[in-house]
Amino acid sequence: MILVLAYCAVLLSFASGVLALLMHQRHNLLALSRYWLKKSPESNEKYQSVIDNSLEEKQFPIFLRQAVFVLLGFSGIFAVLAGMSVLTSKEIITDQISLGLPWLPWHVRFDSLSGFFFLIIGIAVSAVSLYGPGYVKSYDENHHPFAALGLFTGLFVSGMLLVLLADDAFFFMIAWELMSVASYFLVAFQHENPANRRAAFIYLLMAEVGALAIILGFGVLASFATGFTFDELRAAELSSTWASIAFVLALTGFGMKAGIVPVHVWLPEAHPVAPSHISALMSGVMLKVAIYGLIRFCFDLIGEVHWQWGLVLLVLGTFSALGGILYAMMQPNLKRLLAYSSVENVGIIFMVLGLSMIFMANGHPQLAALGFLAALLHAFNHALFKNLLFLGAGIIHHQTHELNIDMMGGLIKRMPQTSMLFLVGCMSISSLPLFNGFVSEWLAFQTALQVDVLDNGVLRSLIPVAAAALALTAALAAACFVKVFGLIFLGQPRSHHSDKAHEIQDKGMLAGSMLLAGLCFLFGIFPGLIITLINGVAGQLLGETLPNDAALGWLWLAPVSAKQASYAPPLVLIGALIAAGVSFWYLRRNPSTVMRRAETWDCGFGGLTSKMQYSSSAFTMPFRRIFAKVWMIDEQIDKDMQGAMNQDVAAVRYHLQVQDHSWPRLYQPIERGVNNTAKVVGRIQTGNIRTYLGYSFATLILMLWVIS
Amino acid sequence: MNWLLAVLQTMLFVALAPLLAGWLKCCKCRLQNRKAPSIFQPYRDLLKLTNKQPVVAKQASWIFLIAPYIIFSATVLAATVVPLIAVDLPTSASADVIVMVGFFAFARFFLALAGLDIGTAFGGMGSSREMTISSLAEPAMLMAIFTLTMAASTTNLSFAIGHVLNEGFVLRPSFVFALAALILVAIAETGRIPVDNPATHLELTMIHEAMILEYSGRHLALIEWASQVKLMLYGVLIANIFFPWGIAETLGAQALGYGLLAIMGKLALLAIFLAIVETLFAKMRLFRVQEYLSFAYLLGLLGMLSHIILEASR
Amino acid sequence: MNIAELDFYTQAILSLAALVGLTSFLMLGQGRLLRLIFVFAMQGFLLTLTTVLAAYSLNNHHLYISAVLTLVLKVIFIPWMLRRQVLHMNMHRDIEALNNKTTVMLGGASLMVFSYYVLQPIVQSSPVVMLNALAVSLSVVLLGMLLMISHRQAVAHVVGFMSIENGLFFAAIVATNGMPMVVELGVAFDVLVAAVLFGIFFLHIRTSIDSLDVDLLNKLNEVDK
Repeated sequence: MILVLAYCAVLLSFASGVLALLMHQRHNLLALSRYWLKKSPESNEKYQSVIDNSLEEKQFPIFLRQAVFVLLGFSGIFAVLAGMSVLTSKEIITDQISLGLPWLPWHVRFDSLSGFFFLIIGIAVSAVSLYGPGYVKSYDENHHPFAALGLFTGLFVSGMLLVLLADDAFFFMIAWELMSVASYFLVAFQHENPANRRAAFIYLLMAEVGALAIILGFGVLASFATGFTFDELRAAELSSTWASIAFVLALTGFGMKAGIVPVHVWLPEAHPVAPSHISALMSGVMLKVAIYGLIRFCFDLIGEVHWQWGLVLLVLGTFSALGGILYAMMQPNLKRLLAYSSVENVGIIFMVLGLSMIFMANGHPQLAALGFLAALLHAFNHALFKNLLFLGAGIIHHQTHELNIDMMGGLIKRMPQTSMLFLVGCMSISSLPLFNGFVSEWLAFQTALQVDVLDNGVLRSLIPVAAAALALTAALAAACFVKVFGLIFLGQPRSHHSDKAHEIQDKGMLAGSMLLAGLCFLFGIFPGLIITLINGVAGQLLGETLPNDAALGWLWLAPVSAKQASYAPPLVLIGALIAAGVSFWYLRRNPSTVMRRAETWDCGFGGLTSKMQYSSSAFTMPFRRIFAKVWMIDEQIDKDMQGAMNQDVAAVRYHLQVQDHSWPRLYQPIERGVNNTAKVVGRIQTGNIRTYLGYSFATLILMLWVIS
Repeated sequence: MNWLLAVLQTMLFVALAPLLAGWLKCCKCRLQNRKAPSIFQPYRDLLKLTNKQPVVAKQASWIFLIAPYIIFSATVLAATVVPLIAVDLPTSASADVIVMVGFFAFARFFLALAGLDIGTAFGGMGSSREMTISSLAEPAMLMAIFTLTMAASTTNLSFAIGHVLNEGFVLRPSFVFALAALILVAIAETGRIPVDNPATHLELTMIHEAMILEYSGRHLALIEWASQVKLMLYGVLIANIFFPWGIAETLGAQALGYGLLAIMGKLALLAIFLAIVETLFAKMRLFRVQEYLSFAYLLGLLGMLSHIILEASR
Repeated sequence: MNIAELDFYTQAILSLAALVGLTSFLMLGQGRLLRLIFVFAMQGFLLTLTTVLAAYSLNNHHLYISAVLTLVLKVIFIPWMLRRQVLHMNMHRDIEALNNKTTVMLGGASLMVFSYYVLQPIVQSSPVVMLNALAVSLSVVLLGMLLMISHRQAVAHVVGFMSIENGLFFAAIVATNGMPMVVELGVAFDVLVAAVLFGIFFLHIRTSIDSLDVDLLNKLNEVDK
């Protein structure tokens, strides 16, 4: 029954993709409906009006778009139901579908880990399907056909769901490739811009290189096993070196898809270019599927984790977290900033997974379960608030036709509901208490604080340093999102478009965002709801649950023991409301202190314009000076002088370019190396027919010699 | 009953904060050979502000209006977490020291947003500088907290203080370093000299004040009060964690009375120390603050390393 | 073993050990020569206190003489001499511009972790409780060498060398309850002679290349470029 729900989710998303293809088939559909009505006129009269309405020229696109997104929404709901049921029932369901190779049918496995990620995908897809119809209306049908968008969205979602269901290596790779290639077409949706084409190409290239590494990883495992199904791979006996090689290959492959520094460069190129709801799905959900892949590979297939792997994950995660947020602070493009922020959050997830591996390998499985839970909870929370932020960015782009935050401002008065939803997203991602981002950060710190149980002194010194880096990352994220919210919504409008913007009328777009914002707040106040579910995942995968899981209730959160640390979000909320309410009521009693509005104080000089506000590069200037080595900064100031002795400044031009270090240090040398190798190898193609005959002759001689 | 005591303790905390500010000002004035105002002057200032009409700029949005209440509530919530007089109160269990740091982050988020709300350059400058300094202070503060929690094996402040009390007088090198780091971080976070001058009127030297330039009336009263509570919070943290003798472990009236006297005495001494520091040192350049805070981080790191190397042997 | 179970003197010695480590770090980050010499004098003073405490708690009387020797030489005489040199050669206004201070400090911290890792087998197998401070003394030695590598002024090199000797002395106190008196006196006189010789060398270097920046010493080679 549960598996049927999962299959329905996959089939519905597939169906929504196929349905989108019918966008240009209105005439054929009209003919088909006329034929069908002629066949049996009486019983079909009631459908006549409905069909006529929907197939009418103007209405058909709207109707089809809504139908496609309705199917996608149902797919999401079924995914949520499937995930919840398998998590609460704690079963492991397996099945076989006889597609695939003749001797290797597709194996399906639906257990708690898959179910949890089904839940993530389901929530995100439901929110996006509420948002979608209003958003895609703005795309011009001639240049950006909806058929392509809908088809590939459907394939993308079904690909992700199939990856979660796969139980053998072939099925996994087929589903993985379906996910990657479908998202390539989505990234290349607005292909008339050469920069977009380049971004899509980089995305595809890195996705394929990653897939290659994953295939090699599976190959290493399979060479020690009897077959390709995951059950056989689990039973494989690997020596320590080969297990580490498999781990490195899996880390490269899944890390490339997840966006770990230094293989993250496709993220900030691809995410801004895709349509906003697709960026939301890619950033919020696809990165989590990569993390699912890594967890499945390391904790499930290989089984025995080594603490050195955990250390590698910890170090890589720390660098990604710090690098991601520092790069995010320097971006004036909103979606690029959000993409780099995803790099940061994936880094945090990897850090906590690394901690979990270290505890596991050192013989503390319950603390490993704590780390595992913190990592999965952060994955869940990130999916929620990153989706919300990208959908909000889509709304802003829709209303102001701008993505540069230096051109926005003052939108809080013009778009009040969007600003409220975006504020919830910013507060969640900055890990403020009362929202869900804080709970996963708190759990991550609690995991790091358990470091005293380890024996290795070097680990005991490194882990607190990593925790301090995590604290720095959280503080930098708060600074970044203060800047984002403040520059977009507060202050005065910096451009004409922002001045004339107004609130979005489409209820669907607001509803999708409101769903996510509500969930962020709900899981911030009652994290126990989702933590009990993840506890089941940890129990099934690692064999151990939290040290104190008997005390998990809806009110208190005391993962290790109540003596060690406890947190009760509902009490905090009540306390906050009491304190705010009392001060609010008490201070407004005096009627003579009613608030009065006046002009902004301009120090008596007058002439306050919107250009005098802080811009994004101004806000982050102290960070640029302090952390200068992290970026490649090119800053130029040109002054036009005038007047007597050229002392008077007439105009100032400021040019700032912040670039990623990985391009000249890592990727351009690789590119040059590949090109040079290709040139060298290309010398065998002389174009001379006698040389080619000579090659065949030499091969023939070689074969004769070998056979004899 | 315990909850009632906890609420009363919080209200006492909030009520005593302006007194500490007044006493600090009195010490500073005496050191600088000026005549000091009465130590109850901050109460009079707050009362005067609440009875004035707040004037708000036309461009300000609801964030500007709500921010003072949020800042005050978050600071008061942080005050419920820190044991002032008695150790065993239930509010410490609902939020530990990491949540307390989260409350400060909450208050700072909205303060920075309020600074950006009016659309002047000074507000943006204040927000930018404040977020920079707090980002750099976070790792240092966390390192100091780590050292404490590794020694006491809990992040719950009540239990940590109880643990230190029950051990008697133990001279731990890690605590020495953690104390130094926490003092440096406290000076940075509360915006005192040498990081920020709370009494300056030159906008380009302001950090905290620049964000609240536009506030007046009861809004300004709430924000001023919140910063006084924050100063007292850090003082109570330093006094009660590193020198916890005198704090009430039971809830009898005599123990509570002694606890109150003990904390007032410790805070008075800390205020004298802070006044001496403020008088001896000049305010640092903004970009020297990063060296100051990296030094605080180094102290925290050394504290943690001495805990691992010297104190707990494996 | 938990520090709470030890007696007060051992706790005090461990705390002083940590403070000696702190002074090593402070010297790494110092750009001004007079302050560097002052911190070095502080390190010597802390060492004197440690020796006195160890003498009291172990009832070892010749450590008192060691303490007095350390006080006279390392806290009073050598810093005074160095300070006189610096003021005489007018170098107290030069600032050593450390361009990668953060890297050097982080390197120092990792040296401390490294020395702990290296000494762990010895520390774990010994019942002597004060041996934990051996890791700190080894890190003082290593940090002294790092000081010599990272600073360009020759006076800083002398201070680094002296602090290496401080570290060895500290290790001796902690591990073996003080070195035999003869060795102690011999090392002390060696250090004194070295300090005097350094003073003479400074004057010569200064007159040849007109600066005490050791990076400029390669002006003295005669190979044609």
